Amino acid sequence: MDDFFAARLQMAFSLGFHIVFSCIGMVMPFFMCTAHYLWLKKKKAVYLDVTKAWSKGVAIFFATGAVSGTVLSFELGLLWPKFMEHAGPIFGMPFSLEGTAFFIEAIALGFYLYGWNRFNAWFHWFTGVVVGITGLLSGILVVAANAWMNSPAGFDFVDGQYLNIDPIKAMFNDAWFSQALHMCIAAFVSTGFAVAGVHALMILKGKNIGFHSKAFKIAAVFATIAACLQPISGDISAKDVAHRQPAKLAAMEAHFHTEKGASLIIGGIPDTAAKTVNYALKIPKVLSFMATGDFNAEVKGLDRIPKKDQPPIAVVHYAFQIMVGLGMAMLGLALVYFIALFRKKSWQESKWLLRLFVIATPMGYLALEAGWTVTEVGRQPWIINGVMRTADAVTPMPGIVYSFYLFTGVYISLAIIVSLLLFRQITMVGKLYDSSTDNKTQ
Amino acid sequence: MVYVVIVFLWTAILLYILLGGADFGAGIVELFTSRGNRHRTRKTMYQAIGPIWEANHMWLIIVIVILFVGFPKIYTTVSIHLHIPLVCMLLGIIARGTAFVFRNYDAVKDDMQKVYTPIFVLSSIVTPFFLGIIAASSVSGAIDLQAQDFLSAYIFSWLNWFSITVGLFTVSICAYLATVFIIGETDNEADRQLFTRKARRVIFVVMAAGALVFIAAYSEQIPLLQWILSDVLGVTAIISASISLVITFVMLHKNKPGVLRFLAGFQVTMILFAATYSHFPDIVLLKGGENLSLLAHQGESKAIEGLAYALLIGSIFILPALAYLIYSFQKKPVSTEEH
Repeated sequence: MDDFFAARLQMAFSLGFHIVFSCIGMVMPFFMCTAHYLWLKKKKAVYLDVTKAWSKGVAIFFATGAVSGTVLSFELGLLWPKFMEHAGPIFGMPFSLEGTAFFIEAIALGFYLYGWNRFNAWFHWFTGVVVGITGLLSGILVVAANAWMNSPAGFDFVDGQYLNIDPIKAMFNDAWFSQALHMCIAAFVSTGFAVAGVHALMILKGKNIGFHSKAFKIAAVFATIAACLQPISGDISAKDVAHRQPAKLAAMEAHFHTEKGASLIIGGIPDTAAKTVNYALKIPKVLSFMATGDFNAEVKGLDRIPKKDQPPIAVVHYAFQIMVGLGMAMLGLALVYFIALFRKKSWQESKWLLRLFVIATPMGYLALEAGWTVTEVGRQPWIINGVMRTADAVTPMPGIVYSFYLFTGVYISLAIIVSLLLFRQITMVGKLYDSSTDNKTQ
Repeated sequence: MVYVVIVFLWTAILLYILLGGADFGAGIVELFTSRGNRHRTRKTMYQAIGPIWEANHMWLIIVIVILFVGFPKIYTTVSIHLHIPLVCMLLGIIARGTAFVFRNYDAVKDDMQKVYTPIFVLSSIVTPFFLGIIAASSVSGAIDLQAQDFLSAYIFSWLNWFSITVGLFTVSICAYLATVFIIGETDNEADRQLFTRKARRVIFVVMAAGALVFIAAYSEQIPLLQWILSDVLGVTAIISASISLVITFVMLHKNKPGVLRFLAGFQVTMILFAATYSHFPDIVLLKGGENLSLLAHQGESKAIEGLAYALLIGSIFILPALAYLIYSFQKKPVSTEEH
């Protein structure tokens, strides 16, 4: 493995790790506050139990997300110094604001976690809401910075010089809205299904059913709403990418030849040498429609993009298929749950529905990682789209391979410990959190 | 506007050393506590750092963001040439942050605690040690932009006696801040005396480590004394820090935690002031005398302006909230059972 590839992999692992934790940190507070709200309104002890259990989860994930985020802020410079030297001042605005949002989140979390019985109950609840809102804001701001890499704005690039910097314009680049929207909803989808799945499993196992049913319902409702909204934001994103980054769209679709009325390619194995996709399902004209809103419009294929400016096609294509496929599966489950909520209440108790949710537990996060693979690998070979190549940004220091092994080891061990912690929190629900009587089954 | 940014940068560094330092120190003190007292020590410290813990390392992130937005050349030069100590510090930060949370939030208190605690303690030492190394390396003039081979470009840029002694000095400062801070958090006479004894010992360690820094600077031909003595303000800062250290030592047995904390904070502030003032506006001294300056190497004016506004607006939100957080939990500390 060469140092450049190692640097890319290290960055990918760091981001891939951080994204999971930051998404949970962004979304769990909303679940927690919903349970907390229900406790304050209905005064049923089970909601308080759920709130407290979830707040432990928030604390664990927040801390892990915070350290992995700190590491990332250093890694940007450690791995991509040439990039940061020029990009830092331009896309720094969202990072500066994110610092504030994140700081407030940390303060609010301090209030929330340690504030039981010492503040006005609603003030205490409100600090939890602040955790959620500032967490979401942080996410939006960081994604805005990433969007700038896809859609550079707020400077003039003249003879290798970055002139007339405008940090505000850079922050509100063309891609920020579609990316931030897609990301925020994805965070709710993935965390919603993951949390719902875990509680569904516990219900199926017959443990603390009262507790887990309430928890399941809150998470599942969030997941359902988000999963139904996601295709809309996906459509906005697709049109946006088609417009701004035709190379990325072409790679996502393995769309080799420019054509009018282009077909949508589902699945298949791209053959880059023969410039075809084998074993794929092709739906005529749909790609043109999805990319532009017109069935007969022309969609730029990879043939219009110089070889040296093309992203890796297979990785991007597969990742995109995985994301969309999982997204559709979750949408299907969401619709079923929607019916269960309003039409067929008996389904809510049924085992098959819970089993489906258990199966869906990892789907959201897999889709999320696949989606980021599309975004990041799809932008290659550029680190700043059309302006700076990733290969030109990498640190001159040799031996990054070892740093990659080191960080990979660290992230794997952290993932193991966090999973262990979570497993213990969940299995200890009966003892620690559930104050109701049905834990006598233990 | 650049001065607004510089003030924020300096303040964030100071607050990270003071708050984060006390926090690191808590782990260090744990190591130097006899087994019998360890549980009690830990309990007292957890009560003290728990609520504001999450906010502490935010100062470091602010420092980094200010550097890469406002002074990208400085950020990237340091990132390239001090890559290795930065990675070591990061590993410390990861290990420490997660171990602290894990040991408090593990639902089952079993043998895993024996894993978390040593990691927490060890990383509490490693992190400030490398922080000190990084700080020292940036002024020791060992970073050589022209270096051709790996060793001189990426190893000897930070590996020298001066950096190592500053690393040790930073560790001792953290332990000092923690012991002084904890004295005020104790709720009984026995604990208070325990930590007072500790603080007294730590003061000797700080002075010894400080002396080592000067010796190392002399042997590495770093004009540390000249920097401090060449300027009236620098001399004043060092003298007032020394005098207040003596006052602290004398006052330790009196039950005046607020005064002690103020004095300890004052000393650290003065040390940072003396260490940074004499070079200002230079912040990184390179081999060959060509230095990186906060003024000459600032980013474009629009970026600095945006950064300054972001920081000013941010502090309107952050400072009152943080003050209220600290105030609320000082008034009535958390008990270990409550969280």
